[in-house]
Amino acid sequence: MTQAGIEHSPREEEELAHHPDPRQYIVVGVWLAIVTALEVAIYYVDSLQDIIVPFLLVFAFIKFFLVVTWFMHLRFDSALFRRLFVSGLVLALVVFAIVMTIFLARGGAVPEIAGG
Amino acid sequence: MSAQEAAAHAPAEHQTSTGLDNVKLAMWAFLGSECLFFGSLISTYLLYRNRVLDGPRPHEIYDIPYTSVSSFVLLMSSVTMVLALAAIQRGDHRGLRIWLLATAMLGTVFIGGQVYEFTAFVEEGLKLSTSTFGSAFFVMTGFHGAHVTVGIFMLLSLVGMSMFGRLSDADGPRKVELIGLYWHFVDIVWIVIFTVVYLIPTN
Repeated sequence: MTQAGIEHSPREEEELAHHPDPRQYIVVGVWLAIVTALEVAIYYVDSLQDIIVPFLLVFAFIKFFLVVTWFMHLRFDSALFRRLFVSGLVLALVVFAIVMTIFLARGGAVPEIAGG
Repeated sequence: MSAQEAAAHAPAEHQTSTGLDNVKLAMWAFLGSECLFFGSLISTYLLYRNRVLDGPRPHEIYDIPYTSVSSFVLLMSSVTMVLALAAIQRGDHRGLRIWLLATAMLGTVFIGGQVYEFTAFVEEGLKLSTSTFGSAFFVMTGFHGAHVTVGIFMLLSLVGMSMFGRLSDADGPRKVELIGLYWHFVDIVWIVIFTVVYLIPTN
């Protein structure tokens, strides 16, 4: 089977059939630009300063999700790739949780660093 | 062409126990481990960002409009990267080289911006040894910048391989996709750094 006259292996043909086309990539890029603009815009809204953190985290998650699913093709590729990547993400969050737990257990005192 | 003839002409493909490309699997395992690496650096930064005994504090030194532009530049480099992949999947090598060069150029603009930012911070009194905030900031963003720089070299290598006919239609798309995965990863790390480090206010 070919695409534009190129011979592809059966596995590549299956992957190519699921990959987005350039128009879809550009649409995702436009959404990324819009979300980034919103993210920066709310940074300057004084009335939102008390509740800005959840908004910023949601916007960052949307951008992260769009890049990982559409540009890195996790939406279309094997579940094993997804599991490998999510395992790393979960471990990173566990490290973060452990660091913050130690921080709070010490009453908010930051561990000393030599020369710090 | 019969099915048997088509199979005989298809590019050679190694059989693996998972049925997946081992190199791509290794790349995803590497990216998973990189999540842990950058997760540790970001956690350390969050822990130490308010620890400033000497030198400027984060909100006094960050230039949000400037960093927003460089974040946008890096984000758009992911778009040009996927357009490069789409080009080689169509067998369009000229398009591939144009989009790869555009991606490398956007990455270089981002790195240039980071060098300027670092220089400005040093002039304002924030150095690697000024405070634990300074150490955590420079180590985290410095490692990210190093990753982007490595990515630029890989992109330029792909351009060279394409120019000298070393990217065949059979395995070229796979090579471009692997480098693309790395490039998008440095982009998503910056998405997190931009929000958590620059935009979320400090105490």
